[in-house]
Amino acid sequence: MSSTLVLLLTLGGALVLSWPLGRWLAVVFSATGPCDRIFQATAGLLGREDQTWSRYLLAMGSFNVLMFVIVAIILGTQQALPFNPDGKGPLTWDLIFNTTASFVTNTNLQHYSGEVSMSYFSQLGALMFMQFVSAATGIACLAALARALAGAPTVGNFFIDVQRATFLVLIPMSFIVAGLYVLGGMPMTFGGAVEARTLEGAVQTIARGPVAAFVAIKQLGTNGGGFFGPNSTHPFENPSMLTNIVSMIALVIIPMACVWMFGRITGRMRHAAVVFGVMLVLLAGKLSWSVWHESAPTPAFNGLPIAADVGNLEGKELRLGALTGPLWAVLTTSTSNGSVGAMHDSLNPLTGLAPLTGMWLNETFGGVGVGMINMFVYIIVAVFLAGMMIGRTPEYCGKRVETREMLLASATLFFHPLFILGGTAIFAATHWGAGTISNAGPHGFSQILYEFSSAAANNGSGFEGLGDNTVPWNVATSLVMLLARYIPIALPLAIAGSLARKPRVAETAGTLPVDVPTFGVMLLGVIVLLGALTFLPAALLGPVADHLVNLSR
Amino acid sequence: MKLFIASIRILAAAFVVCCIAYPLAVWGFGRVVAPDSAEGRLIRTADGTVVGSRLIAQAFASPRYFWPRPSAVDYNAAGAGGSNLNPSGEKLRARGEEIVARYGATPERPLPADLATASGAGLDPHISREAADYQVERIAAARGLSPEQVRGVLGSGLVNVLEANLALDAISSRE
Repeated sequence: MSSTLVLLLTLGGALVLSWPLGRWLAVVFSATGPCDRIFQATAGLLGREDQTWSRYLLAMGSFNVLMFVIVAIILGTQQALPFNPDGKGPLTWDLIFNTTASFVTNTNLQHYSGEVSMSYFSQLGALMFMQFVSAATGIACLAALARALAGAPTVGNFFIDVQRATFLVLIPMSFIVAGLYVLGGMPMTFGGAVEARTLEGAVQTIARGPVAAFVAIKQLGTNGGGFFGPNSTHPFENPSMLTNIVSMIALVIIPMACVWMFGRITGRMRHAAVVFGVMLVLLAGKLSWSVWHESAPTPAFNGLPIAADVGNLEGKELRLGALTGPLWAVLTTSTSNGSVGAMHDSLNPLTGLAPLTGMWLNETFGGVGVGMINMFVYIIVAVFLAGMMIGRTPEYCGKRVETREMLLASATLFFHPLFILGGTAIFAATHWGAGTISNAGPHGFSQILYEFSSAAANNGSGFEGLGDNTVPWNVATSLVMLLARYIPIALPLAIAGSLARKPRVAETAGTLPVDVPTFGVMLLGVIVLLGALTFLPAALLGPVADHLVNLSR
Repeated sequence: MKLFIASIRILAAAFVVCCIAYPLAVWGFGRVVAPDSAEGRLIRTADGTVVGSRLIAQAFASPRYFWPRPSAVDYNAAGAGGSNLNPSGEKLRARGEEIVARYGATPERPLPADLATASGAGLDPHISREAADYQVERIAAARGLSPEQVRGVLGSGLVNVLEANLALDAISSRE
């Protein structure tokens, strides 16, 4: 299948489908959502309260604490639990901590290899469970944010919202996607590994499992944690072009639809369209960059009698075609998904810059729900800067943006680079990081930089040559994942709550419009400028130096 | 405390739906519409012994068989993985040189790139048609077949190495 067709089907399919899905999300999260009676009954007494933003956060926090406890217990006792046909043993405490933090925060950074370490019960009962409810947490929080911006004094009820997202969005969509996966040749079995006797008389043990169900929610919930170690490059996790295209659509469709949902709930569809456009431009930029740089042949083979006509195939699968590597790499890091369709460590050095950029900006559609929340922070900054530039009082959604909002927005934007650059600096300078890289020089630096970027962006992909299942890596990335998950949810909700309390100012000809292309350009400028100022030095030390070392050889 | 009780009730409901009903429904769907691929597309001999999976690469070292792409995990289908090598690094170059020597590639007859690069999972079941053609002479000589007979097992597009090798054995057993 030609690359152009793959690109058209993937992006076109996602764009077209995101529109009706956005409409459905708005229906589900409206005041009279379907099935709300059942959800209230499940939640009990608290299902009927109208929550302020702070109460909503508290509910979300309690729910997530409980998620953490449940997963830690299951992973800590997997050797004694059922559905363990291959007899997987106990895990170390730091790996349990890391994996729990990773799946509760919707990151799915994996310092283990699924088919080696995890029982089926751990995979389905802990990890896949979290892939549903952590994704639902993100979508619910976006609904609350949008309601506050629409001017509501209370922001809804977390316990109802999280059920709406789980049962009315993620479950039906996962079933459809898993069905397509099964038709596309993906395994779905509870039988254990099989022993094969090869034609040359050797024995090959083939790990299998309930893959299709797991992978569907992995892709849809911007989770990214694979059933198998090498994720969607594994032939069982991505057996055909059909599963490949469905997977790539699935990983971007809910983040896209979240923008439309935001527009519908706030009643500002034209504004949402402008934001969507900005995200699309960023996506197109990263995509062109990575496809261009990945079409160069493997640099290590320069001068060897190896055909140089097909681009860099190291870490790539033939059945998925030449485009999948760079396309998937950009989609998965733009959306905080973190599944991979090719090994990122073996991408050409400059190609590797595209996924890094995706995680540094972290709002090109972004994670389910939280991507749009991240973008909201940039919008606040853009509104404020634009207001300063033209001498008007900055307003957003009919509310004045003042010192308190700007302080909170700046704090949100401050933590993300702090986690990435601070963590990288510490690990690059000490044995904690330097002793775990598999490549000396700038590529090794890139490996450390990538790992912290991935943890801070709640992404979960990695330069997997890094030996990251060590106590320092497990603990450090756990802390980063937890802080980088909850701070950028809590602070933006506080901004929205603060805006909601203010009196509405009339929108006049003097109001800065946020639903015109001019604002889109402004927003794009703010994102690119902030990103470049923060991350260019690190980019130069890693991927760019890596590339230059090559040229000089 | 009330917050935790509400959370427990919801998580319990979610567990039943997400971790029991949903996987069982997908499993049932797979059993009905695609039982073969749901089990991993296994290939069995007449007596039921599993030879391998159509989707999973296996090691082939004999000159009588098509050789698959290199594997960073030695075709371990219970612990898959890529090389994760720096694409411009010395380690990858060393592997390239070793493979060039194994195939006897020359500047006049360069090796197709897929035969020199390890796949993402180390289990890529396919090689390109060019990579298969590259090996035809060797296989024909080792089996005492004509190159046309060997080429006869190849379709158009990507070549599934295990299926092609099974077809080769079938031809040789008829000869």
